[in-house]
Parts: sequence; C-alpha cells; structure tokens
Amino acid sequence: MRDVLKILEQNARALPEDIAIRTGRTTTEVEDGILDLEKNGVIRRYKTVIDWERYGDEKVYAYIDVSVTPQRGAGYDDIAKRIYRYPEVRDVCLVSGGHDLRVVVIGTGIKEVANFVAEKLATLENVTATNTHFLLKRYKEDGDVFVETHTDARLMVSP
Amino acid sequence: MKPLNQTVLATPQSGIRRFFDIAQQMEDVVSLGVGEPDFVTPWRIREAVIYALENSRMTYTANAGMIDLRQAVCAHTFGRYGVHYSPETECLITVGVSEAIDLALRTILNPGDEVLYVEPCYVSYHPGIGFAGGVPVAIPSRGDEGFSVRPEDIRTAITRKTKAILLCYPGNPTGATLSRENLQQIVDIAVEHDLYILSDEIYDRLVYNGEHVCVPSLRGAQERTILFNGFSKTYSMTGWRVGYALGPADVIAGMLKIHQYSMLSASSIGQVAAIEALRHGEADVREMIEEYNQRRRYFVNGLREAGLECPEPSGAFYAFPSIRNTGLTSEEFAEGLLMSEKVAVIPGNAFGPSGEGHVRCSYATNFEQLEKAITRIQRFMNRLPTHNLNIPTLTAKL
Repeated sequence: MRDVLKILEQNARALPEDIAIRTGRTTTEVEDGILDLEKNGVIRRYKTVIDWERYGDEKVYAYIDVSVTPQRGAGYDDIAKRIYRYPEVRDVCLVSGGHDLRVVVIGTGIKEVANFVAEKLATLENVTATNTHFLLKRYKEDGDVFVETHTDARLMVSP
Repeated sequence: MKPLNQTVLATPQSGIRRFFDIAQQMEDVVSLGVGEPDFVTPWRIREAVIYALENSRMTYTANAGMIDLRQAVCAHTFGRYGVHYSPETECLITVGVSEAIDLALRTILNPGDEVLYVEPCYVSYHPGIGFAGGVPVAIPSRGDEGFSVRPEDIRTAITRKTKAILLCYPGNPTGATLSRENLQQIVDIAVEHDLYILSDEIYDRLVYNGEHVCVPSLRGAQERTILFNGFSKTYSMTGWRVGYALGPADVIAGMLKIHQYSMLSASSIGQVAAIEALRHGEADVREMIEEYNQRRRYFVNGLREAGLECPEPSGAFYAFPSIRNTGLTSEEFAEGLLMSEKVAVIPGNAFGPSGEGHVRCSYATNFEQLEKAITRIQRFMNRLPTHNLNIPTLTAKL
C-alpha cells in the first residue's frame, strides 16, 4: 500500500476510486486498505498545508534548541512530554549535537513566543539552557516549496 | 540559384509542425502533444553541472565522449542487461539518440540499401534513412495486435538490398513493447539474412508490465546490433542533448569518424550531467516511473470512459487510442479537438500511414492537466456527429 500512502501524502482528499485507477487496484481494496492503515495508526490524520502568511495571518515560528538533564529511569521522555503538552508547541524532537531537544513553537507575535520561552520552557525543571531562532522566511516545508511556482516551459507540440 | 538537394526537397514537412504552429498561438491549451517529460531535470544533476561550470574549463571532450561517461554507460548497460561493451572501442557519446541513429545509418548504408522500420514510428526514421542515402521500407503494425510487429511481416519485406532493421521498443507513438519471443524471432531473421539491427531503446526504463528486453542481450544479436539510448526520457534531460551508441567496434569506429568531422564531441556540460545521472540519478528515476505509471492508468481509463478504444500502452509515456468509431480521420479529430476544446493531440498519420485512425496522446503532464484533458475530450466526444454536432472542418486552414 506504499503507493496509496504516497498519493494520500500528496493529496489527502484523493478519492478511493481515483486512487484505485492510478494504482491498478479495486476501489474496495483501496478503501479497506486505507481503513486498516487508519486503524493501525500508519495514517495518523489528514491535514492541509496552508501558507498562512499569504492568507494574511501573522504567525511567528521559533525553533528552540533546548538543553536538558536527562532523568534516571526516564531519560529524555518525561521532560519531552512536559514540553510537548503545551498547545503552542508544534514539534518536539530529540536530536544529536550540541543540544538535546529541538522544539518548534508557534505564536502570534515575537513577544508571545519570548514569554513562553522565558516563563514556561526555560523554567522547567531539568531544562538547563535554551537557544531561540525565529523563522524569518519559509522556503520549503514538508516537501512543498513556498517561494516559487512551476511553469511548463516545454514546446506545446514536439515529436 | 541552383536547386537544393533532391532528397531534402522531396522530404515533406513533419505533420507535427502544423499542429505546433496552431497550438502555440492559442491560450489555455491542454497539450498532450509533447514528446518529452514534464519533470524538471533532477536537482542533483543540475547542481553537479553548476559546480562543474564554476570549476572547469568546459573544453572539447574526447571525440567519443568523456571516458568517465563511457565507462559509466558500459557499466550501467552491463548492470541492467548483462551485455558487455568496451568503453574504449564499442561506445560513442552523441548529441542525443537522433545523432547516433544518423551516424549509424550513414556508417552502414550504401546508396540504395534498404532499411526496414516498423510503423507507426518516431517521425525521424523515414527521412533519416533517406538523408543517409538509404531506402526506407515501412512495415506496418496493427492496433488490434497492440502495435507489436509480426516477425513474419519483416521476413516478407526482405529483399537482396535489405541492409538493416530499425526497431524501437517501447515505441513512440504507440507505447507498444515486443515480447522476448518475438524479438528473438526478429534477431533470428536478421542472422539468417545477415542484417544489421538498429535498436532505439530510449524508453527502456519506462516499461510498466514486466521487464524491458534489451535487444543485444538476445541470442546472436550483439555482434550485429547497434544499441541506442540516452538521457532525455529516463532522466528528464531532453534539452541537454546527450545520447549514446553501443555496438561492434568497426561500426562504432565508422560512426566516430563521421562524428569527429561533423560534431567534434557532444557538449561537455551535457556529458557532466549524464555522468551524475548515471551515478546518482536512480532514486529520481524510480519516482518518475511510478508517477508515469499512475498517470498511464488514470489517463487510459479516462479515454476509455470517454468512448475511445485504447489498447493498453505497456511502455513510454504515450497512449495511442483509436478514433475510428468517431467516423473522423486522425487529422479531423485532432483539429476538431484542438479548435473546439483546446486539447492538443497529434494525428496518428504524422507517424506514418499505418497510424491513421489513431491519435497520440502524451501523458507526460501533471494530473491536473490530464483531468482537464479528459473532461474536454469527453465533452468533445459527446458532441460528435452521432450526437448531432458538426465538427468544424479546419483542414483547409492548415
């Protein structure tokens, strides 16, 4: 079902009958397959990629490197959980390198994000340091390029 | 002034050209008339060329092509098909497959030698044979047989002047492939009559049912076959103009002689791109093949739902539906569709008389465009004369 997943990854609204034609399966096979993938958590949810800036919304994204002291018995998991439960936190990943966690926070302004970091994140027990990078311009996200549109430069007819 | 060369004067303008002139001037055209991939050349290939532009002088290369590229081509061919070629003596890098075929024809033909080729086919074969001094002999293939040529039809067409058989599977414009058994029979016929085989395998990676059969890998074939391939279709590199020929050392040496006097070498930029394509392009190729396959299924299904009989194309990126049930000729159908619904397809007779009754539709375009095309073709079909609509007759204007 990898081919089905790849189609849905590109277009969550693709209809089972269209997917069936494209992949050479029956509609029932596709519908049942998708249901199974939803049930066992391979398909986690269907979402839409939105260019909020183009829509007119001001959103501030911050990429925050967080250094933490791992806890005995839980490692990084408990502190990660305490961070990802905040709704303004979009991503939390454990990463290699000079810091431990890479956290992405969304807010409506720099002040809001700064306050979150200063008051919530930096003050958490076991967080030893934070380093905040504000997003200035988005070029590409999840495989979608935001800054250019593709035009077909080919000749209209060729042999 | 004295008249131009007779062969040139006698060669008609390509049937495709007329559609190009009209379609190019129209707006909002969905073009299914494009014989090249819609994907942009993979970034890793373009980036390798940018780096090379900054760091090397881009001089002429060896006449036969950069040795790194020839080695990569031979290794690639051995890896995929188990056929061994020497990079030093049996491989020539050319300006696309078109130049390679021209060189091969000029190398093997004497004036009046006949070359058999299967129709409908790529538009250059017939004139190319003529320009090389040969006599083109078309072997028609049939839509109801999936445009797979019958080996016995080839045998029947052989005369004492026959010098070579030109094959192209998977084929443009039909998308047809040929079974291993049929290809072996054709090779056996070539052996029996001591003929060269020119095998244009530019669409070798675009095979959707089963594996591609590389002609020189067949029993008795390699010593008499010149294999052509290139980077245009597989790696979406049409404009880079890089192809290659693999074949017996004496034929390649002859081709090299013409190539070095007329072309010097293929472009160094294109060759750099080709090396990168062979070394690191496989992941991109697989993505493109899967995408073409999905488009193929979707588009053929759409054509059939619109009421056109369409044999399943098993290779390349073309569908070649029959339009006979409309009562129109290929040109009338293509012109009517273009003028009334702004969908450009190529009339089948542009690829030889046996293409009449069909149109070539390239599905090398994105799903959005394909969906639009299917909707428009459906509308066109619903308004055909059987539904009391007159198709505008525009032949006179062309």
